[in-house]
Amino acid sequence: MTTKWTLSPERKAKIQRFFLGKTFTDGFLYRFVIYTLLLSFSYIYLYPLLFMFINSLKSVDDLINPGVQWIPTTLVWENYTRAFQVLNLPNSLVDSTVYVLKVSIAVTLSSALIGYGFARFEFPFKKMFFAFMLATFILPSQVTLVANMLIFRNLNIISTEWSMLLPAMSGQGINAAIYILIFYTFYRTIPGILIESAEVDGATQFRIFRTIVLPLAIPSFVIVFLFSFVWYWNESYITGLYVGARVTLPLWLQAFRASYETIFPPGTPGAELNEAILLAGNILTILPLLLIYFFGQRLFTQSIDRTGITGE
Amino acid sequence: MKKTWNAFVTTVVKFTRPVLQKIGAFFGRIATFLSEKVAPILRRLGHGLTHNAILRTGNNQLILFSFLKIHVTRKMRHAIYGYLFISLWLVGFTIFTFYPLLYSLYLSFHEAYYNLEQGVITTFIGFDNYINIFRSSILLPLFSSYLGRIIIAVPIILVFSVVIAMLVNTPIKGKGAWRSIFFLPVIISTGPVLNELNAQNAITLPNIQESPVIDYVVNNLPDLVADPLLLVINSMLLILWYAGIPILIFLAGLQKIDPSLYEAASMDGASPWMRFWKITLPSIMPFMGISIVYVVVSMSLYVEAGGILDLVRTHILVGAPDSAFWFGYGYAAAIAWVYFLLMVILILIFTALTRERRRKHA
Repeated sequence: MTTKWTLSPERKAKIQRFFLGKTFTDGFLYRFVIYTLLLSFSYIYLYPLLFMFINSLKSVDDLINPGVQWIPTTLVWENYTRAFQVLNLPNSLVDSTVYVLKVSIAVTLSSALIGYGFARFEFPFKKMFFAFMLATFILPSQVTLVANMLIFRNLNIISTEWSMLLPAMSGQGINAAIYILIFYTFYRTIPGILIESAEVDGATQFRIFRTIVLPLAIPSFVIVFLFSFVWYWNESYITGLYVGARVTLPLWLQAFRASYETIFPPGTPGAELNEAILLAGNILTILPLLLIYFFGQRLFTQSIDRTGITGE
Repeated sequence: MKKTWNAFVTTVVKFTRPVLQKIGAFFGRIATFLSEKVAPILRRLGHGLTHNAILRTGNNQLILFSFLKIHVTRKMRHAIYGYLFISLWLVGFTIFTFYPLLYSLYLSFHEAYYNLEQGVITTFIGFDNYINIFRSSILLPLFSSYLGRIIIAVPIILVFSVVIAMLVNTPIKGKGAWRSIFFLPVIISTGPVLNELNAQNAITLPNIQESPVIDYVVNNLPDLVADPLLLVINSMLLILWYAGIPILIFLAGLQKIDPSLYEAASMDGASPWMRFWKITLPSIMPFMGISIVYVVVSMSLYVEAGGILDLVRTHILVGAPDSAFWFGYGYAAAIAWVYFLLMVILILIFTALTRERRRKHA
């Protein structure tokens, strides 16, 4: 006996509606495709992170064994304790946080001042200076590196924090153009009448800046501070040259192999450095930033609107 | 539960307190120094500067030499305040950017070495440094692979970020979470970590390297195209990671499009394909330029071990008159300048190309 598969027109329409939706974009098919694409792209994006995390827990046997890809046979937490030691962790974390905080606070404050100058006042050559300021973004620090090293050497501040702090204080820090632009865009949105009324009441420009503008600009401060923190944390080329070889955590990571040999001298049993320990070091290095990102993701992802490059 | 939480809090406090204390002490020292030592001097100086025989201010006028009276307009005052606010930047720009720029240009025409007693010793050699760069068997391949990589990677990144931005812009659940995933690389990509991932082959798409299609394509192309292509494929993930900020830029652009535009278009019978080419793409085209600048700059500034930027450093640090491989400050400056000029040319070419497209569509 054969059943003839027929569908009533209503049922057919219902199924069609489920798969294709009213306008196709609200149907199951469309959504399925979108989510699949998003998931696969996220996998591509997170793959290095997953790779780092999984492999950092593997034992040497698992690393070599081609049969073990994602699920290690044993979790070797010892990799982390070793990396912890090699990175000199509690101390290096405190030191690099202190250093990065100093620099990023300096760059935030200076950008706030400079941005106000560009946003609020008209003065001769303003357009030219503004263009120069934006152009510093595309200038690789390697071009000025040669001369800057000599300048710092003459000022006797090479290999001290001041060689990063001084440029940061004067708006020449890493990506300072972006921070100035963020503040500039924000200040332009403050209604002029607010400031003019204070001017009429006899407040000086600095007083206006301090008592009216600064409190309003706190969100911009937070965003600029977070970004400068992350970018100064991640900058290792210039920092390594100007300040010193082991200032920030990424620089400790760069010297990982060398410090590993001093802590676990070759020849002692079980002292070979393997990829798992290296990757554990990587994870420990990016962990502080991951934590910051976890709590402040919204601030980071909404920052683009604040630079004003999308036009208001 | 509560006990572990308390323990957690106390350890956090234990670690953060010294940090905060150190920072507080640092800025506190600066603040007290400024307010107690510097401010009174400045105040006295300022008063002296604005109230003396040569210059006197007050009542909206400036008195020079006690008889020349100049009326100070609001405009003039604003100009002065403007310069005061950006004075920090002006000083910094001259000392740390403008002067070094000129000086490194000057050095690039010289043979220059650092000497502990005499400082930098320079001898003029004209364009020799630049000619030597184009003669070098190490640098020339590096430069060509840099150019090839950027030329191949930038279109990939831009297309990829437009696609992702459009996906995230569709009505999906957890929009913020998706956005956070695609922005994550901006936070964690630091030189040493990327180098390590590179060394462990974790930045290529899983299984793409062994693909026979890729093998076939690469084997049948001239080396000049195949090498950068292979380089791009082998570091595909790293390249896609650069899309973090462009995605957000395009997303912001997409969100500014009026939805009624799409409705009107579909009323008139435009297919999704048509709508993409006629509405979506033209309205995010203006953001192409800024994305190109960002992508090219951030790709160029990544310091690869053994790459051009790394060589700049080695030439500076190791360079000595008697060295046969490392040629000191002048050569390093020349490399940096060539690199910078190439970067600017690339940015100009890409922006010119997108502008051409935009004009065609408008």
